[in-house]
Amino acid sequence: MDDLLLEFLTETSEHLETVDVEMVRFEQDPNNQAILSNIFRLVHTIKGTCGFLGLPRLEALAHAAETLMGRFRDGMPVTTPAVSLILATLDRIKDILGELERHGVEPQGADDDLIAALDQMANAEDHVPDHAPAPANSQTIGTLVHQVLERDLKPGEVSLDELERAFQEAPGPETEKTSGKLVYQVLERSLKPGEVSLDELERAFREAPGPAPSAGSNLRQISPVANADAPSISPKKDTESSDQADGGESVGGKVQTIRVNVDTLEHLMTMVSELVLTRNQLLEIARRNSEDHGYKVPLQRLSQVTAELQDGVMKTRMQPIGSAWQKLPRVVRDLSNELSKQIELVMQGADTELDRQVLEVIKDPLTHMVRNSADHGIESPAERRASGKPEKGIIRLNAYHEGGSITIEISDDGKGLNYTAIRRKASERGIASEAELERMSDAQIAKFIFHPGFSTAAAVTSVSGRGVGMDVVKTNIELIGGTVDIRSEEGRGTTFTIKIPLTLAIVAALIVSSKDQRFAIPQVAVSELVRVSPSSEHTIERINGTPILRLRDRLLPIVPLSKVMRLSEDDEAATGFVVVTQVAQQRFGILVDGVFHTEEIVVKPMSSKLKHIQLFSGNTILGDGAVVLIVDPNGLARMVGSEGQSDEFQTDTSLEKAITAADELTSLLVFRGGRDSLKAVPLSLVTRLEEIDASTIEWASGRPVVQYRGRLMPIVSCDDELEIRTKGMQPLLVFSDGEIAMGLAVAEIVDIVEDKLDVELLAERSDLVGSAVVRGRTTEIVNVAHYLPLVLETWSRSDQRSRQAGTLLLVDGSNFFRDMLVPVLKSSGYRVQTAATAQDAARMLSTGVRPDFIVADLELPGHSSFAFIATLRADAQYRSVPIIGMTLKPDPQMMALARRFKITDVVSKVDRRGLLSALAELGGSLEEAA
Amino acid sequence: MKIVNTIPLSATRAFSQPTEFITVTVAGQLLGLPIGRVHDVFVVNEMTKVPLAQSEIAGLLNLRGRVVTAVSLRSRLGLQEDVRTGRRMAVGLEYQGEAYGLLVDDVGEVLKLDPNEMQPNPVHMDRRWVNLSQGVHQLHGLLMIVLDVDAVLAFEAEREAA
Repeated sequence: MDDLLLEFLTETSEHLETVDVEMVRFEQDPNNQAILSNIFRLVHTIKGTCGFLGLPRLEALAHAAETLMGRFRDGMPVTTPAVSLILATLDRIKDILGELERHGVEPQGADDDLIAALDQMANAEDHVPDHAPAPANSQTIGTLVHQVLERDLKPGEVSLDELERAFQEAPGPETEKTSGKLVYQVLERSLKPGEVSLDELERAFREAPGPAPSAGSNLRQISPVANADAPSISPKKDTESSDQADGGESVGGKVQTIRVNVDTLEHLMTMVSELVLTRNQLLEIARRNSEDHGYKVPLQRLSQVTAELQDGVMKTRMQPIGSAWQKLPRVVRDLSNELSKQIELVMQGADTELDRQVLEVIKDPLTHMVRNSADHGIESPAERRASGKPEKGIIRLNAYHEGGSITIEISDDGKGLNYTAIRRKASERGIASEAELERMSDAQIAKFIFHPGFSTAAAVTSVSGRGVGMDVVKTNIELIGGTVDIRSEEGRGTTFTIKIPLTLAIVAALIVSSKDQRFAIPQVAVSELVRVSPSSEHTIERINGTPILRLRDRLLPIVPLSKVMRLSEDDEAATGFVVVTQVAQQRFGILVDGVFHTEEIVVKPMSSKLKHIQLFSGNTILGDGAVVLIVDPNGLARMVGSEGQSDEFQTDTSLEKAITAADELTSLLVFRGGRDSLKAVPLSLVTRLEEIDASTIEWASGRPVVQYRGRLMPIVSCDDELEIRTKGMQPLLVFSDGEIAMGLAVAEIVDIVEDKLDVELLAERSDLVGSAVVRGRTTEIVNVAHYLPLVLETWSRSDQRSRQAGTLLLVDGSNFFRDMLVPVLKSSGYRVQTAATAQDAARMLSTGVRPDFIVADLELPGHSSFAFIATLRADAQYRSVPIIGMTLKPDPQMMALARRFKITDVVSKVDRRGLLSALAELGGSLEEAA
Repeated sequence: MKIVNTIPLSATRAFSQPTEFITVTVAGQLLGLPIGRVHDVFVVNEMTKVPLAQSEIAGLLNLRGRVVTAVSLRSRLGLQEDVRTGRRMAVGLEYQGEAYGLLVDDVGEVLKLDPNEMQPNPVHMDRRWVNLSQGVHQLHGLLMIVLDVDAVLAFEAEREAA
């Protein structure tokens, strides 16, 4: 493809973007001559260039559109069908351009349909029966004459924009004869030479040939953006401000620019990155040598210049977010027509700049979210009237800088999220049980819309409602280290808040060490650092071997970096630093051995061979020259647990953890229940110990409650034999789970002991996990999870018990996977029992556990899982129990083995969704069979 | 490398151009890499291990400000990693636009060899070796295997296909 054509393509698509936007504005404000002349001029330019390059199809289309617009200018009323027709023509032109770009030639085809419609529209209103005047209007000489005439006719009316329009259009025909729009630009610029300021780009490329004066002008504008594939921005900026000003000169930029190939910029960026690294190395050396051989001052200068250069180059990568918004007015306009709604799109902060790489990534999610707002958010005019709102709905886009990140808000004043519908849908889809949903706050409920395939739309429209999208939006945003939050009020509207880093190339990172290896953790994810050691205030505690840190009364899951990185087998690390990390709503602590300092690092992408490792988002070279891996907090968070699980779920996890048999030392709270029986509960589950005056216990609907910290807290007796006291002091164990608290009434609190918890499981009583020998005495271990539903029932508005999807035995050797899967399975309504080994599982089955499903890890040590399954299949009782095998890598060999052992289904260990759907399927078939 | 492929075996000697190879040794075996593919040869100073990575990847290296993925040729050939500490050598290669460093025991001289004299791989050679080798050159008292650079660095694709 020759350069001229290439240039034409880039330029024309920029023009078209502008025309799109302007067209929508024009429709709303048909009397704005300035907008019309701008559109007219742009289309005219396109037509002219097409003619010059010999592209007849494009030329004919542009010509027909221009004719119709000429009619508008002559006073024909602007109608929605007419605008739609012109927009359709623009779309056709874009299609043809796309083909042109791919194949280098104009595609075959005819546009008679559009041209006929355009002509008809142009001739319909005004009685200009023959074709001649209209084409003449736009043909070279014709326009000129027309302009001249007009000016002659209305000499008194010469306003600035009139003058300018005439001025701009006059040379148009010449353009056609000579070479496209170069002349235009020269003219435009000479109009406003004083307004031009040198921009950052110019500074970085001072030696570039761009500013070389061209004939007749001392400024040569090529295009406002350095990015070849993104549309121009400066027209957009003007669009923002042109209501008061003359829009006719939108294209005449206020900044002086030059078009630079993106590759050149990227290369420059890489070189600067290298320079920064080298500088850092030099500084490091200088720090180590105290002697000054006269190089320190120049080094300082070098350092400063490098920093400035880095800044400058970074700025060349910056683009106003408006360029990502450019398509939106058109999108909203089309949608509002399609959906018969009145929607206004308000855009604020379009000039907020961010890295073009980031911009590319968020472009589509933004469009998607605006479409969603228009479709789901904004109601129909009738509905809006009924609820006392103005008929016209508003979608507001707002972007602004905040710290090192950029915040984008997409808000609408529509109906807001229907929490009831989301709750219902979540429970229908088995994402969470009803009991759990009841306990969740609206904010947590709102998060469900980010689940894949989640849609509450009653009907699937052509616009949205198919349930694809929001999860993709979230994934895309998280990919670049951003977060997305949702806030909604029923009847008032919904606001999405997206926070993304300004740039992906250079980030501040905390350098930490684990087992003599250094890692970088992006600073944005780090909320605090806590030093831990067994003797200090902050100590890592373990629940069934899973490390937990108690931080300000909250349990923080701890991920030892050395463990997830498989740097050491030693699981007992207890000293070091906990990097408290926040990813979206999820908080967890990363346990590291040492923390060094924060450093601005240049992010280099991972080699394609290593991209699959979720834990790393890239690598970098530190000041001392060492290569260091950048930990991806999102990847870690995925390992910690699904993000759909809020803190409450995680507390739930810890309840479950206590149930699983543990063979490590556990802190137990020992107390007495009815008939002096000794009971115990893992201390980590207990939030507080209280002793309350029994007279303060009140009875509400037959249940005892007490006012506790400004709330009503239900009280349950720890066993049937113990009556809640009515006088004296009543000792309580307070368990809290998110906002919900429960008091467990006990006879007496005995002691806190640390002991090896070896629980004999008792299946027949759900209030007990089992019994254990604690300090030489038989003690019943209380299952806290048993009491919570009892309490919740008194609270919940419905009496429905949580949906029981069946009991399930989970056999998995890894604590990590067990802890991860249990809450997921529980939240889907399964009663879960766990076993760490095949032997344990066999023992549990022999004690009378009758699971409806067995989910087993197929990679238990020594193929014991297959032996276990084989014995099950041989036993008549378990022959038909569905068994789902989990494997890290389902390869054909494993599948064949699974078939041989009659394993019902095999799913990947990491694919929780797959597991749930497999279970749901089996559940369905079980019911059918029953 | 291409040259090797395109010159028919029947071509006369006069027309054949000698191919230059950089020789390396791994576990005493001499191997040759076409010189056109080799960007540089360097001593490995400090290597960052990548946890959870494939066993073939030894780590990441800083080669003059560029992060280079170090691939162990021993591991690619199914050999035990060398436990000795000391100077480690690497050959800088490029594959699919990315920089790699192939870790070898030692780097030898550059040899000019006639592609016509290359022999096909012995039929009973280890499968792993056959996959990475284009053929064998007979030198004085030594055999040099011609490494297929692309095959050496294509291990991920291989695994996916399996």
